[in-house]
Amino acid sequence: MNAIILTAIWGVLMMLGGAFIKSKATPKYLAIFGLAVIIAANCMQLNSSMPFFDIDVKNMLHFNSFNLMFINVAFGCTLLFFLLSGRDIEKVGENVSEYFALIFFILCGVALISTFNSLLMLFIGIEIVSIPLYILTGSDKRNLKSNEAALKYFLMGAFSTGIMLLGIAFLYGGSATGSFFIDNIIAGNGPMPPMIAAGLVLLLISMSFKVSAAPFHFWTPDVYDGAPTVFTSFMATIVKAAAFFAFVRLFENAFGSMQFQWQKLIVILIAATLLTGNLTAVFQQSVKRMLAYSSIAQAGFMLFSLFALNNLAKEGLILYAAAYSLASIGMFAILIKMKDYTIDGFNGLGKQQPLLAVTATIFLLSLTGIPLTAGFQSKFFMLMAAVQTGHHIWLVIFAVLCAAISAYYYFRVIQAMFFKEAASDEVVLAGDITPAFKILLVITATGIIVLGLFPHFLTNWLYF
Amino acid sequence: MNQNIWITFPELLIWFPLVAGLVAFIIRKEKAVKNWAILASLITLSISIVSLVYADNTKHLHLNNVSYFWLRYLGSNFTLGLDGMGHMLTALTAIAFPLIFIAGNKTNYKNTHVFYGLMLLTQSGLMGVFTAMDLLVFYFFWELAVIPAYFLCSRWGGEKRIQATFKFFVYTFTGSLLMLVGIIYLYMHTLPTANAEHSFSMHAVYSAILSPAEKNWIFWLFFIAFAIKMPVFPFHTWQPDTYEQAPTSTTMVLSGIMVKMGVFAVIRWIIPVFPDAVTKFDNIVIGLSVTGMIYASLIAIKQDDLKRFVAYSSIAHIGLMCAAIFTKTEIGLQGVMIQMFSHGINIIGMWIVVDLIEKQTGTRKISELGGIAHKAPALTIFLVVIALANIALPLTNAFVGEFMMFSGLFKFNIIYTAVAGLSIVLAAVYTLNMVQKVFYGEVNAVTETLHDISLNQKLVLAVLVVFVFLFGIYPQPLFDLTKDTVTAIITRIK
Repeated sequence: MNAIILTAIWGVLMMLGGAFIKSKATPKYLAIFGLAVIIAANCMQLNSSMPFFDIDVKNMLHFNSFNLMFINVAFGCTLLFFLLSGRDIEKVGENVSEYFALIFFILCGVALISTFNSLLMLFIGIEIVSIPLYILTGSDKRNLKSNEAALKYFLMGAFSTGIMLLGIAFLYGGSATGSFFIDNIIAGNGPMPPMIAAGLVLLLISMSFKVSAAPFHFWTPDVYDGAPTVFTSFMATIVKAAAFFAFVRLFENAFGSMQFQWQKLIVILIAATLLTGNLTAVFQQSVKRMLAYSSIAQAGFMLFSLFALNNLAKEGLILYAAAYSLASIGMFAILIKMKDYTIDGFNGLGKQQPLLAVTATIFLLSLTGIPLTAGFQSKFFMLMAAVQTGHHIWLVIFAVLCAAISAYYYFRVIQAMFFKEAASDEVVLAGDITPAFKILLVITATGIIVLGLFPHFLTNWLYF
Repeated sequence: MNQNIWITFPELLIWFPLVAGLVAFIIRKEKAVKNWAILASLITLSISIVSLVYADNTKHLHLNNVSYFWLRYLGSNFTLGLDGMGHMLTALTAIAFPLIFIAGNKTNYKNTHVFYGLMLLTQSGLMGVFTAMDLLVFYFFWELAVIPAYFLCSRWGGEKRIQATFKFFVYTFTGSLLMLVGIIYLYMHTLPTANAEHSFSMHAVYSAILSPAEKNWIFWLFFIAFAIKMPVFPFHTWQPDTYEQAPTSTTMVLSGIMVKMGVFAVIRWIIPVFPDAVTKFDNIVIGLSVTGMIYASLIAIKQDDLKRFVAYSSIAHIGLMCAAIFTKTEIGLQGVMIQMFSHGINIIGMWIVVDLIEKQTGTRKISELGGIAHKAPALTIFLVVIALANIALPLTNAFVGEFMMFSGLFKFNIIYTAVAGLSIVLAAVYTLNMVQKVFYGEVNAVTETLHDISLNQKLVLAVLVVFVFLFGIYPQPLFDLTKDTVTAIITRIK
């Protein structure tokens, strides 16, 4: 509860404050301060389960350690994102405090969709997340690509929201008691009534759209590519992980008992997502676009948590959200500093900026899933969860083969950084590198390695 | 565990090279970092020698085994242990690195400190593979040993190094991931322990409950990973390219020690876990290995590039080891043990010679060389001894191992033995052919300027030659060291 209310309040304050604050740097510090306070407040709720605001939500929201832990991970990653890329947010346009305010609104939505217990809350949460995102995507007003991306995202997003609403309506009508509560939808595990089945499929489609699972992924590359890179970083990591979290919670709580009836659909989704994401990423020349496709590929792995729905899958999802967000935020933060976003633009970075190149290597190795990084542990948990179900082992083997393909495009960047020379003696970086930025990169990389060695630092929290 | 022991041998063998490698990264002076690498590897060697004194596990179990809690609730502990085979292979690793460093002392690499740092990290990873007694720990080190090697080959290798090394990486990474699925499946069928539902520990994995059908396909997931690493035909295609393109010091590590990871892993993680599947598929695997031996030998005869020549001859030798393991005979396994050590020594010797020739003449083409014997008699003597060891002449170390492996194969099937025996003849053909063309004959323009080797290099080659003869005449120490491992495996699968 703390997180939802405080983010909303802070978002409003920042938006109003934008009218009075003239300095460009102030909103960033305000945002960092606010978010740190909110995380602390959320931790207090996690530890004592006593929120500051004791509001009777009529069971429409559920707070438990799993949800709150996820909020912590998402907000913590956002804090890191502010610290690493805050200066680049300032460069996007004039209305700096509004960008931060919009991000706070998104975080409010993230907290809602992580804790919803009613389909209405899910819908409201998804909308609160989506609408500010449309604005952020188009925030680079003079850039045609940014405008195109925003329009595309808005149209597709509105369409998928419509599908979701239709699905919710079906479920409402189909449930025995006529209720929006997700745990009331299904009674028993018999064959699904047609209304429920229709609702389930519609929800599956709209959620797949939000997490960009194939074949509902077509918006992703264009939107991620067109949006200002700082916001791509935020969209591709925190927002995506949150959508996943909502996806898994919805299907576990609402339809968990009849999993065997819809598991086939998830199997198809996983196979399609892994295949399209990885194969298309191979052909990309722009690192930004490559990361967009790789985020689709990573979504394929995250879908395993929906396939397995066991304890390992839950731990794995939290771990995956953290590992993937850390590595991607770091990688995007470095990408923003580059002059040229193509893979060749990274040529010779290892020589000019060894520290940046080494941390980028750790991020890429983590995305590939090499041991000693958090990326390995998260993939490992997902695979364990899938194997534990005891069937569809072929899918697991298919997934690891796709992971082997992913090594190809991640390692191309590593090869460019270390083994190729820059075309001329020009500096490959566009932005200036502050010592604080370097320190933060090192901290992020260390975090990835610590999680890679001791994933239970994160997952153990689930059992308090 | 004994409380009085504050550190054990396996820990020392892993952590010391790791720390030394990290230290090497911050030494900027070229000369200093070279000396530091040699010093560090010599310290590792002395640790290994001391550990050999305490190799008897019936008396010194607490010195050779250690276990920490790691991912406790998953049932994976950081468990290390040295048995006979582990002692032998860690010793090989410990011996190889100082020799490689001393032999390569004259070579100058850009960013010397990074090069030597990565080399030492590779050593640490290799030590981890050979001492891991927990399947997940094993997987960690298995992958980690490859990463620094990847950077070494891609950064300092030949012209086509990036593609060649990446091929190597993708091959091994694919294999490892398949193995990871196998590991997880195996883990899900282990019995519960006090802390967790399942366990990754070696004993738990050995007694995992699986149906024969399940064992059959998991066997392949593991075997493909190891077959790529060894490499066994038809998974060998990365190997000649990588060996050719990698900087020679790294090639020595790859061919001398890293391929032993594959052989070692089959013995430790396949034979005891899937004995029935091994029996079921032994004909396929031995068939592939023998095919690979003949195939590689034939290609070696036609090779003009010295590096590729050694690479193919290595494939042939590894093929025999793989075949001998799958005979599941005591004598065959014992032979593999001996041969793992001998092959490591011999192939490093071969690479050193190849490197010396390339450094001085600037070419590796057999057709362009000739008459080196007139110019460099000492080098020639060393090379001939090592080359003869390579074709397993009696009195050399490889003879003992190959003889035993052939005996094992003979017990298994006489036809395979006959075909595989051809490879001995072929080995003699290609090796002697190479020696004749490169070292004898007329001195030509390329070899004109050649001069004999320096004291350093003589010393290194002399050490190798001592090993060649020592274990050729008196292989008993190697038998004694590895006997317990072999007996344990044979009693398990009987």
